[in-house]
This record gives sequence, structure tokens and C-alpha cells, in this order.
Amino acid sequence: MAKLPLIFTVNGVEQAEFVESDALLVDVLRDKLGLTGTRIGCNQGTCGACTVLLDGAPALSCLTLAARANGASVTTIEGLAEGGTLHALQRAFADGFATQCGFCTSGMLVAARALLDADPDPDREAVVDAISGNICRCTGYEPIINAILSAAAEIRGAKTA
Amino acid sequence: MEHVREFFAAERGADGKAVGTSLVRSDALGHVTGQTQFYADRSFPGTLHLKMVRSPHDHARILSVDASEAEKMPGVVRILTHRDVPANVYTILRLIQVEPNDEPVLAEDKVRFKGEPIVAVLADTDANARAAAAAVKVGYEVLPAVLDVEEALAPGAPLVNEYHGNNFFTYEGHHCRRVRLGDVEAGFAAADHVVEHRYQSAPIEHAPVETTGCIVVPEANGRLTCYSNTQALFFTLDNAGLILDVPFQKLRLIGGTVGGGFGGKVDVTTEPVAMLGAMLTGRPVKYAYTREEEMQVSSPRAAERIYIRDGVMDDGRIVARKVRIYVDAGAYSRHSPYGTTKAAAHMPGPYTIPNVWIDAHCVYTNRTPSSAMRGFGVTIGDFALEVQMDRLARMLGMDPIAFRMRNAYRDGDMKAHGELTKGAALVETMQAAAQLANWPVSPEDAAASSLKAGA
Repeated sequence: MAKLPLIFTVNGVEQAEFVESDALLVDVLRDKLGLTGTRIGCNQGTCGACTVLLDGAPALSCLTLAARANGASVTTIEGLAEGGTLHALQRAFADGFATQCGFCTSGMLVAARALLDADPDPDREAVVDAISGNICRCTGYEPIINAILSAAAEIRGAKTA
Repeated sequence: MEHVREFFAAERGADGKAVGTSLVRSDALGHVTGQTQFYADRSFPGTLHLKMVRSPHDHARILSVDASEAEKMPGVVRILTHRDVPANVYTILRLIQVEPNDEPVLAEDKVRFKGEPIVAVLADTDANARAAAAAVKVGYEVLPAVLDVEEALAPGAPLVNEYHGNNFFTYEGHHCRRVRLGDVEAGFAAADHVVEHRYQSAPIEHAPVETTGCIVVPEANGRLTCYSNTQALFFTLDNAGLILDVPFQKLRLIGGTVGGGFGGKVDVTTEPVAMLGAMLTGRPVKYAYTREEEMQVSSPRAAERIYIRDGVMDDGRIVARKVRIYVDAGAYSRHSPYGTTKAAAHMPGPYTIPNVWIDAHCVYTNRTPSSAMRGFGVTIGDFALEVQMDRLARMLGMDPIAFRMRNAYRDGDMKAHGELTKGAALVETMQAAAQLANWPVSPEDAAASSLKAGA
């Protein structure tokens, strides 16, 4: 199968790869770039564990052809912390027991980041809606929703302070 | 509840301050940064991908297996059948003397549930392994299947598992696990009311977000290193050693990071055949369930059918309880003989009833083998018991808490399986729950204790 050039930015760093035309973005991230924080739970777009940001919007990397990311900017869980400082969402998840087994956490955090980038003051319903494509089998979601709301409040507080 | 504080006193810190304090999980930082390493996050050069050819039938005789086309497919390195497995037939709990071995690692002459593994294909890529697995031809003679626990026990039912010879697990010569106390028929005869209800649960899949799987790496020192997401490293190590007929010290299991388990990763499923593939090819082997496999073939919580027949007095005393439990083990034992024993021992619930009769059947059907899941053996029984208690309370026109208080076990009471009750806290728990829910409780019940007067 013919390989296609893929030049894109991942977590702020330009990357160049040759990929099969049917290669999936999640496999390129995990197998070629070693970014294994993006998890594969179903490989069919139902669980949300593989969620990444594609030009700022949440995307299921297991349903995204890698070639589609050509020229795009991708953010994975590894790109959430900036300059060695955890994102407020990451701190809130850790402090608020929003992780248990940890397998859904990457996708949850990326989906939550997309929400807060678009809406810094979401209500509970908006949070539930934003993570409705992400399945968690451990927590029952409540600590996750609370962590996202508390991170949003923290970010707003930091901005007004 | 002061009287139960002596239990686990040694394990409890003197100041008791850990309770009510939030401690950050040791794995939280890894989880929130994506740095936690699950088994599939490791990669090894030359890894082969294992795909399983599975039965499309609930019950069938295998007439032929033809892998000649598949062997010629691109990237195929090796194909495994039951003939390649040194000790193919096993049962997980043989490690604690449960008999007989009743399950093949790879099917031999029969398949007993839809999705049963038959042939393993090892190829250089996942796609090549999948394509070659689809090219393996298996000839079947479809057999009548039995999918219902009571139908499975009826005369003339198709025999599911020849290793048992019956469609039930045999407990010390008996067709079920039995508990007897007093004379249940005399209890019914003396009762003001006799009521029976039937309860039925469905199988429940754990559906962890991370599917079951492992990677096995042959090491230069002759050992196999297995990176697995099993919840039962030592069960897996010992069973794999027995299945492969290799000394246990040849196998090294690395795990502990599990992307959701809930009991669903306690069975020994992917590791022995992946280890065999690595032994026979000298290359690393990855065997990961697809989501479809996780939902179809990983063992669920057993479906249970439970009949509870109670003899009750007008004043609320339960004087007799007869329970028949049918646990659907599916085609193989896995952990169900143990779960069924737990189900029997858990009856008649936390109530003191003078006449008790329990039959708990571990039944084989042509369904996916069921196994461990959070409190397996007691969870469905508790559902049935407590729904039954509410129904009885309604029938008698009694408050449901008052009805349970009337029957709650107290320290020193004889339990149905012959142990004296100690450390009971049901009365106190109901008092606390009623208080939290602002549920009215009579002065008598508010003053009740699990310690009997004078004890």
C-alpha cells in the first residue's frame, strides 16, 4: 500500500512520518511517536478513551485517518501540562479522586480541556454533555464532573485575580 | 456498634485518623499525565499478533479443521491447535483442589459456547492475523444447545460438558450445594402465610474500558516474560505452567496495572496460548481481545434464577425459608463452583430463621462461561432476598425496617450453615440508615441491639 507523507504538529512539536493510507491517527501517535497516553478501549469510536484535540476540537483518534491530520495541530494527554506544570484539570482529577483504573482518564481530560477552552464557565449539564462520549466504568462519573467544575472555577479565579 | 470494634482492631491505627482523610492515590499523577504504563503500552521488535478462530455456534461437534489456506497467507508465522498445547484441558480452580479439569485451552472435538477458541493464528501484523484467521475453515455438526438452567437439569437435556457427565457441578457426591437447618416443611405447616417468588438475573458483562490481553516476550535466559492485565497474576502463572508443562520459575508475570477489572480479568484466558506462541516461534506475541471479543467471550457475572419460599407469621416472624438457586455457569466451571458455594452459604440472608433449606445448583449450559464479578455469588442473592423481604412486609402490612428488625440476626444466633453469629451489626446499621433517611422507627426498634439481652 502506498505511503503518504504526514506532517503535523503534536503537542507543539512538528512531526513528519510516512503512513499507510489506511493508518489510524491513534496508531501513529502510539506506535510511531510513542505517545501511549492515548488509550485504545474499543477501536470503534464508542468509548472515547482515544480522544485527542485535532485543531482544538475533540476527535476520536481511533476513527480518524492519520492522513487527515496532515497540516493539523494535535494535542494529546501528554500535551496538557505546560512547562512541567500540571493543567488545572489534571490537578483537580488527581485531588478529587476522578481517576480509578486510569484507562479512561486521558480521553476524559482531553474532552474536558476542549470544553473549558470553549466555555470557561460551564454548568453541570454542559460538563455531562462534554464527556458524554467518554465511558468510565469505575467512578460513576460524579467525581469526574466535580473535578471539571472545580478546575473551571479555579481557572476563572486565576484569570480574575 | 461498639461491640464490633474488636474485629480487625489490630489492623486499625490507634488514632483512627486515616478514616475521613483524603490521601492522593499513588497512581494519580501517572493517570492524569498519561504516563501510567498499561501492558499494551510496551512494544517489542518482531512482535507477532495472535488472532483466535472462534466458534460461531453455541454447541457443535468439530468435524474438521483446515488451516492450509491460512498458512499461505501473507505474514503468517504459525498456527496453533489443541495438538500444540502440552496439557490442553484445565480448570482454573484446580489450584485449590476443584475437580475435574473441564475446559480445553483450544477446542478439541467439540465447542460448547459461541465464541469458544479453536485455532490461534500468529502473524506479523494485526491485519494479517485477522485475515488469516478468517481463512481457517472449520467443519461443524451443529448440536442442540441448552441455554436455560432448569432446562439443562431436565431429563433428556443435551449434555453440555462431558468432563462432568451431568449438567451440574458435583459437590461431595451431591447434585448441588446444600444447607439444612431445622425442619422447613414443619415450619411451613405452622406458618400463617406461605409465599414463594421467583427471581431471575441476566448475565452482566464488566465491560472494562481496557480489553483483556497480554504480551509475552521470550528472554535469552530461556524464560518467558508475560506483561498482562490479569487481576490474578499467580493463578495465571501456575495455570500457565501446568498447561504448558514448564516449571513455574520459567514464567515471569508482570502486571498490576489493570484498566478496569471488576473480576472480569480473574480468569486465565489469553496468557497460556500467547506463551505457547512465544515458545514455539521464539518471538514476542501479543494477544489482545477486540471490544467484540471482550463483550462476547469474556466471562460475565453468572445469571441466576432464585426461588424463595417463606413461611411467615402474622407478627412478622419468618419461621421457614426454602431457597433454590440455579447459577448459570455457562459451558465451563471457571469460578462458578466456588461462587455457587458462596451463594448457598449466604442464604437465608442476615436473618435468624429456625428452619432453612437451601439447594444451590451450579449448572452447565451452552452460554459464555461466567465467573468472578464484584461479590459474585452473593449480589444477586441479596437482590432476591431483599425484594422478597419488602414483599413480605407489604403483605403483612408491616414497615419494612420493623419487619427486618423482627428477623435480624443477633450475636449468638445459630446461622443456617451451623456457625454462631458474631459481630452482627445489622440492627445498628438499620438504625443509622433510618436516622439518615428520617425514616420513623419505633422506640423499641430504636433501642434494639445486635447483642441479645444479657449477652
